[in-house]
Amino acid sequence: MSADWPILSAIIWLPVLGGLLVLFSGDKAPNVSRWLALAVAVLTFLISIPLWTGFDASTAAMQFEENIPWIESFKVNYHLGVDGISMPLILLTTFITILVVIAGWQVIQYKPSQYMAAFLIMEGVMVGVFAALDAMLFYVFWEAMLIPMFLIIGIWGGPNRVYATIKFFLYTFLGSVFMLVALVYMYFQSGSMEILGFHTLKLGLTEQILIFLAFLAAFAVKVPMWPVHTWLPDAHVEAPTGGSVILAAIMLKIGGYGFLRFSLPITPDASSHLDWLIIAMSLIAVVYIGFVALVQKDMKKLIAYSSIAHMGFVTLGFFIVFMIAANPEVQTGAILGVQGGMVQMVSHGFISAAMFLCVGVLYDRMHSREIADYGGVVNTMPWFAAFMVFFAMANAGLPGTSGFVGEFMVILASFRADFWFAFLAATTLIIGAAYTLWMVKRVVFGDVGNDRVAALQDVNKREVLVLGSLTLAVLALGLWPEPLVKVMDASITNLVNHIAVSKL
Amino acid sequence: MEYNASTLLPLLPEIVLLSAIAVILIVDLFLDQAKRFFTYGLSLAALVATIAAVMASGSDHSQTLMYGAYVRDAMSDVLKISLLSVGIFAFVYARSYLLERGLFKGEFYILGMMAILGMMIMVSAAGFLSLYLGLELLALSLYALVAFDNKSKSGSEAAMKYFVLGALASGMLLYGISMIYGGTGMLDFAGVAKAVASGETDKTVLTFGLVFVLIGIAFKFGAVPFHMWAPDVYQGAPVVVTAFLGSVPKIAAFAMAMRILAQGLGGLGPDMGWEGWQGMLMILAVLSLALGNIVALVQDNIKRMLAYSTISHVGFIFLGLLAGAGKGYSSAMFYTIIYALTAVGGFGLLAILSRKGVEAEYIHDLKGLNQRSPWLALMMMLILFSMAGVPPTVGFFAKLFVLDALVNAGMLWLALVAVFFSVIGAYYYLRVVKAMYFDKPISQAAITAGTDARIAISLNGLAMLYYGIFPASLLTLCQAAIQSL
Repeated sequence: MSADWPILSAIIWLPVLGGLLVLFSGDKAPNVSRWLALAVAVLTFLISIPLWTGFDASTAAMQFEENIPWIESFKVNYHLGVDGISMPLILLTTFITILVVIAGWQVIQYKPSQYMAAFLIMEGVMVGVFAALDAMLFYVFWEAMLIPMFLIIGIWGGPNRVYATIKFFLYTFLGSVFMLVALVYMYFQSGSMEILGFHTLKLGLTEQILIFLAFLAAFAVKVPMWPVHTWLPDAHVEAPTGGSVILAAIMLKIGGYGFLRFSLPITPDASSHLDWLIIAMSLIAVVYIGFVALVQKDMKKLIAYSSIAHMGFVTLGFFIVFMIAANPEVQTGAILGVQGGMVQMVSHGFISAAMFLCVGVLYDRMHSREIADYGGVVNTMPWFAAFMVFFAMANAGLPGTSGFVGEFMVILASFRADFWFAFLAATTLIIGAAYTLWMVKRVVFGDVGNDRVAALQDVNKREVLVLGSLTLAVLALGLWPEPLVKVMDASITNLVNHIAVSKL
Repeated sequence: MEYNASTLLPLLPEIVLLSAIAVILIVDLFLDQAKRFFTYGLSLAALVATIAAVMASGSDHSQTLMYGAYVRDAMSDVLKISLLSVGIFAFVYARSYLLERGLFKGEFYILGMMAILGMMIMVSAAGFLSLYLGLELLALSLYALVAFDNKSKSGSEAAMKYFVLGALASGMLLYGISMIYGGTGMLDFAGVAKAVASGETDKTVLTFGLVFVLIGIAFKFGAVPFHMWAPDVYQGAPVVVTAFLGSVPKIAAFAMAMRILAQGLGGLGPDMGWEGWQGMLMILAVLSLALGNIVALVQDNIKRMLAYSTISHVGFIFLGLLAGAGKGYSSAMFYTIIYALTAVGGFGLLAILSRKGVEAEYIHDLKGLNQRSPWLALMMMLILFSMAGVPPTVGFFAKLFVLDALVNAGMLWLALVAVFFSVIGAYYYLRVVKAMYFDKPISQAAITAGTDARIAISLNGLAMLYYGIFPASLLTLCQAAIQSL
């Protein structure tokens, strides 16, 4: 099915142009730029809804396609389209951006127009990453994402922001240039930049392994996987709340998306050869990073490490496929791993956003992220405490919340591959609960810790709106994940069937 | 060949520019300082008129005239229009800077146009002699320009260094040319190419000639190890001269490399010994990438930093050149043009920020630019990200096309080396962005740039974005130009 009007282009360019408009509106009347930014974000979200309603879940083919030549002599096209894998992530992006705009409403007093503009431009570019079907277009969006994020962390971040943002930029830049060389190499082999063309491109095993490693350099940094995760805690701690939310909720997903769109289908044999590597890295992320999270004194850092651990589930789910397929005792279940990974991505998008927003609420009032500075917040902020406890439960994977669904599916799939994988993955149910709930205990419960906590004001309407909508999303996905799973089903089945066939 | 006026028609751009220079030279004598703006206006008009002349007198096929000394083809047209356009930017940035320092004299523009004329001759040279004439016209004008601020000690020192080293390089070039002439008996590139192809020439003499000629080219580009002049000259010269010298001549140097290496000595390519001149370029390119990027990391003076950054960009241009026909030459041409446009903007912004008695040349001079002028900061950021090669700016596509050419030529490892060093390079551009956006301003002084310079820097910065989103327009021109060679 193709749309009657270029809906994907609209979702990409409306926020970008809107962002420029906000930029030019200047800081003389900050409220104008705020309302303008909100209007653009809401409008973009509304435009993106038809992607869901008009989506044909019965096919794995690309939908809402747009294809016009971009650099003709280079055979690069402006080719957009979505399938069941990218469409939910686009909606996640447009939804979260609204919350980010609202969350930065009052907190950001320094150059609010530039702040809002950066997030809107970022939104358009991220949607572009998910929607691009041309590798060069993908790469342009992929790299363009760095510039607004670099500025967001660097301008509005915490005390150590310059170090964090340069580290963030260079880490991701280093990862992606090797992907660029791989893309150029495949362009040389296939004569086009079509991602779907790469999927069917015949490649030898050595080639595949090199390309796989180049992709791994880009995506592992983005996800981030252990051991290239060290930029993330720095970036998260220093970023303003909005920046952390976008980073955790969407930018990390782009790494996971990359595995599904590039690594698995383009280099299935190399993926199957090296799946032990990814599984090992994922399990280390789940277990070891979980323990690292346990000892954090800084709330944002704790959530950052918890993000890394949760993203470990995503990559585990994606790469467990080969082991399941190789296990003669099981006939089905390969799909479950990928599905679980995808659900985990969407769910983590909601939960990590909510957790960072909760910390943001506290930080705006106390200007501290240290757990030790809090205690007994529930006494002065009962409503906030309710939200925070709920999201903490979701983060720990409580059944009924979205956090449970993804983790459960991945653990279930791991069982079909190897008991010990499942065992190690399942430890997260304990470790995750430990670090999240222990933090909540120290921050929220107990007696009022100090005078500053005693003076805290409960959440205002704006914050209730933001946290409340995320609560609904987490609950909806937790209680009834069926619609999401259904939308992705055809595409994921197609992907799993595709990678089961060797390219050699 | 029978002489009549119409045979000179392909020379119209040079004739227009030369006449304009002569007229402006005389008119300028009769102007007092208050009316000096006429010189400025006339110079810009002359450059625009020359662009118009290039467009009007072009033809579809290449024409050789002056008994094989001069050629007019698609490549020369594209390069001429590029260098004239970049020259216009450099001229505009210069006005208020010169005015505030009492240096607003006609000579600046005259010398600048002379240099441009020299470059136009280089671009269109079909033989060693005309090439050398153009080169010397360019070089002599530049020596004088570097010393333009005669009260500045560092300027005079830079000019002296540039002159001595430049003369040495010219000597090397001439020596190489004489050997090639001795080996082939020809001075025009077509004749040299034919003689080389015939295989009856003495390869040893030719190889020696090639080495010396290549040194001359490397010097003009500022490639390692012939780069020593660049940092000192860039830093010592007045920033508006650096803007000119650091941008436009690269286009001419590219033409020189193309004419000599690809057209004249193409036959001395990979099949003649260790990879031929491509092998030599490979060494120069890798050294330039490594040294340029690494040394730039520790520079606090932006002019000096950009000098080292230029060296690294030259490495990229050489990579394009050595990837050869097909995609290599056109990617190098694209890279050169875009680099010139980017560099002139970078130096131009420094010129805009320099006020009377205050030179903006250290990174800390750019601190907090976002608070002083968000628009200028945005333009500078686009320029810097373009140099770093981050999409959606055009610098990314320039690098991409070179990488693609390398992969096509089967030199994947060089592509990896290139991207590795460009990541290192990204750091020092980020340092400047960091100063502009993340630091508090040191000085709150208003920025006193003229409207002309502001329009120019806006066009210049937005061009980074425009060509980044629509790179096809320029790329197609480059490809067509290279194909018609």
